[in-house]
Amino acid sequence: MRRVLILFAHPVLERSRVNRRLMEAVNDLDGVTIQDLYEAYPTLSIDVAREQQLLVEHDVIVFQHPFYWYSCPAILKEWQDLVLEHGWAYGKGGTQLRGKTTLNAVTTGGPEVAYQKGGYNRFTVRELLTPWDQTAHLCGMKFLAPFAVHSALKISSDADIATARIAYRTLIEALRDDRIDLDRAAAAENLASELEHVLGPREVA
Amino acid sequence: MTDSVLFQAFVYLAAAVIFVPIAKRLGLGAVLGYLIAGVIVGPYVAGFVGTEGHHVMHFAEFGVVMMLFIVGLELRPALLWELRKPILGLGGMQVALTAVLVGGAAMAFGVGWKPALAVGLTFACSSTAIVLSTLAERGLLKTSGGQSAFSVLLMQDIAVIPTLALFPVLGIAAATQITEITDVTSEAGRPAWLSGLFVLGAVVAVIASGRLVVRPLFRFLAGARLRESFTAAALMIVIGIALLMQSVGLSPALGTFLAGVALADSEYRHELETDIDPFKGLLLGLFFISVGAQIDFGLIAGDPLGIAGIVLGTMTLKLIALYVLGRIFKLDRPSRWLLAFSLAQIGEFAFVLLSFGVQQRVFSEAFASPLVAAVAISMVLTPPMFIILERYVLPRVTEKGEQRPHDKVHDDHDAPVVIAGYGRFGQMVGRILRANKIPVTILDLDPEMVDIVTRLGIKVYYGDASRMDLLEAAGMGHARLFVLAVDDKEQATAIAENVRHHFPKVPIIARARDRQHYWDLRRLGIKKVFRETFSSAYESAIEALIQLGYRANTAHRLARRWRDHEEKVLEELGELWGKDRDGYVSRVKAGFDEAERLMRDEDPTVYEDRDGSWDNESLRADRQVDAQSTETTTS
Repeated sequence: MRRVLILFAHPVLERSRVNRRLMEAVNDLDGVTIQDLYEAYPTLSIDVAREQQLLVEHDVIVFQHPFYWYSCPAILKEWQDLVLEHGWAYGKGGTQLRGKTTLNAVTTGGPEVAYQKGGYNRFTVRELLTPWDQTAHLCGMKFLAPFAVHSALKISSDADIATARIAYRTLIEALRDDRIDLDRAAAAENLASELEHVLGPREVA
Repeated sequence: MTDSVLFQAFVYLAAAVIFVPIAKRLGLGAVLGYLIAGVIVGPYVAGFVGTEGHHVMHFAEFGVVMMLFIVGLELRPALLWELRKPILGLGGMQVALTAVLVGGAAMAFGVGWKPALAVGLTFACSSTAIVLSTLAERGLLKTSGGQSAFSVLLMQDIAVIPTLALFPVLGIAAATQITEITDVTSEAGRPAWLSGLFVLGAVVAVIASGRLVVRPLFRFLAGARLRESFTAAALMIVIGIALLMQSVGLSPALGTFLAGVALADSEYRHELETDIDPFKGLLLGLFFISVGAQIDFGLIAGDPLGIAGIVLGTMTLKLIALYVLGRIFKLDRPSRWLLAFSLAQIGEFAFVLLSFGVQQRVFSEAFASPLVAAVAISMVLTPPMFIILERYVLPRVTEKGEQRPHDKVHDDHDAPVVIAGYGRFGQMVGRILRANKIPVTILDLDPEMVDIVTRLGIKVYYGDASRMDLLEAAGMGHARLFVLAVDDKEQATAIAENVRHHFPKVPIIARARDRQHYWDLRRLGIKKVFRETFSSAYESAIEALIQLGYRANTAHRLARRWRDHEEKVLEELGELWGKDRDGYVSRVKAGFDEAERLMRDEDPTVYEDRDGSWDNESLRADRQVDAQSTETTTS
């Protein structure tokens, strides 16, 4: 079993439509730790040692957040700047994250068609996540395709995202149980819509 | 009426009040101001002061004793030990060399070897009172030249003791005739070894009592919170030590100096300094005035050239001796010149030694009188000597880049931060600063707090920050920040006002007890004022929101928003407070409503509302208006 850490960042969770529901879909899973960053560090004063300890204790790192300005909410940037230290995460002697798997689970306001060449956002979510891709690469982590849920503002009930919830839970479970084809997942565009394609055969209980 | 004590006091004080500020304004320094004042009120000009000036002088000499006590307070034992070489070496050589040169010159003028030696030893002494005052006044005391001068003066004080013992041997009077003369008391009948033992015992007693008696006594007095008993105790200690020293035949100035050194590490040091300082200042002023008044112009008029010869000859010889010694002891050029110019005069001990010499019949009254006049004149010439030194000599001998010879600064009060009040509030500030290795000088008026914090290994001075002289002693003159954290409202406001006035360049961070106090302090022009309970109440409110189910981040953001508004209203209320009662009340009420509106979700400025405007239809609507982008994809 691989241990999964969800680094969760939503500045106003009480107003969240999708992220909250996605989180609730996985927060009862064994072997999954959810670190609610805005709740833990409301003044953005991040406990670096604690965060590094959490990273060491887990094998799969999922950044779950709304897709603000084609990226993440501020606290995740601060988290990157402070936690991913030279000599710890990268650079000379920085091997603590080597061999881990990482991906972003994001929600966007716009529809899927907006996130493509010719769409009004011009790039795919995968493309816009290029800095995360390179960050993972520099730290020796395997970077998987994002789990992206689009048109988040149109969702107002659990039923509206029932499919996404099931997909998210399935993905996290599969990552935990190591039932995922990592190479395929790395090459995919959006794990939310290509999940069947990357899942390995279900183990016989 | 002119005989009454009050009239005399008035004359001296008036002279000081009138002439000292004028002299200072003219750049001549306070010491010269006092001396000139003395000449003018003296018997040869205005005649307000007659022959009793002599007695006044003996009384006023006590100012020198007090000054050395304060000098001792500023000199930690470790530093004194560091100075042992200049004191014994430089000081000892100075006394010997000057005695030989002056004595030799006297012999050249036909004086017998006995009186010549006596005069040589007498003239070897410089004026502790004038030199230290002038050095301090010009900020030269802590320079290496100043420290050397101080070391020499200290050695001269010590040398007076054997000199006094030697005079009866040189004189033709019998040793048994010695009667009491100011500094020396009858040691007759006591064998030399016993005297030595007494001296040693007295010195040990003074040093030990500094630690064992004075500190508990001050702690006890501090608990009683009576300032005048503190002052009385400080004076009592100084006078007590002086008496003890006199009784064993040691110089009182030397004794109080040692006591000062013994107390230099004590937490009451600033307080002692501040208590003694005004007395020292007044008595020294009195002393200088009486020196001025003593100059016998009748005598000078009788033999002006002879006396001028004595003065200039002696000062030149002393100057040469000091300069040569400064070279031998490897002082840099500016320090050498400072040493030579500052110590070239003959000191006040000469008055004592000359009259003692007459009494012991080392020399005659007629022989001593012109010498007494010469001593006084040489003292008066000291401040002008400093002016010549600073204006003409130092600029020539100082290498480029340095204004004054200040290389070795012996001062542990250059901490950039002074904290007044080290209770719950000041401690927090102090601890964070100290944790960041920022030196702080701390003053507190609560003896228990001082004790507790001192036990924790933190240097805290017991002292009342409302006294500007004490703040000055604590280094406010060059502080970069003053933290005003005393808990008494009125006192804090008074201190703030004084500090703004006396140290206008030092920025203040002030603790306010409440809103009124906040406005009081703000109106004094203090920009950084913090209400003492505001931040903790603020934190509590955030925690209350979190406990009630608010997300931590939301609670913090709402509280910050509220605080920004609150601070704005506070400034507006400050304008109205005390002026417009109705306006004040309605502004408070309006503030409540504003805050409520601000917190309300509908407020368009509330951050979370922007959620709805991100990446939805409205974004695309804007894009459609944009001429450049005609091709938008909609679902």
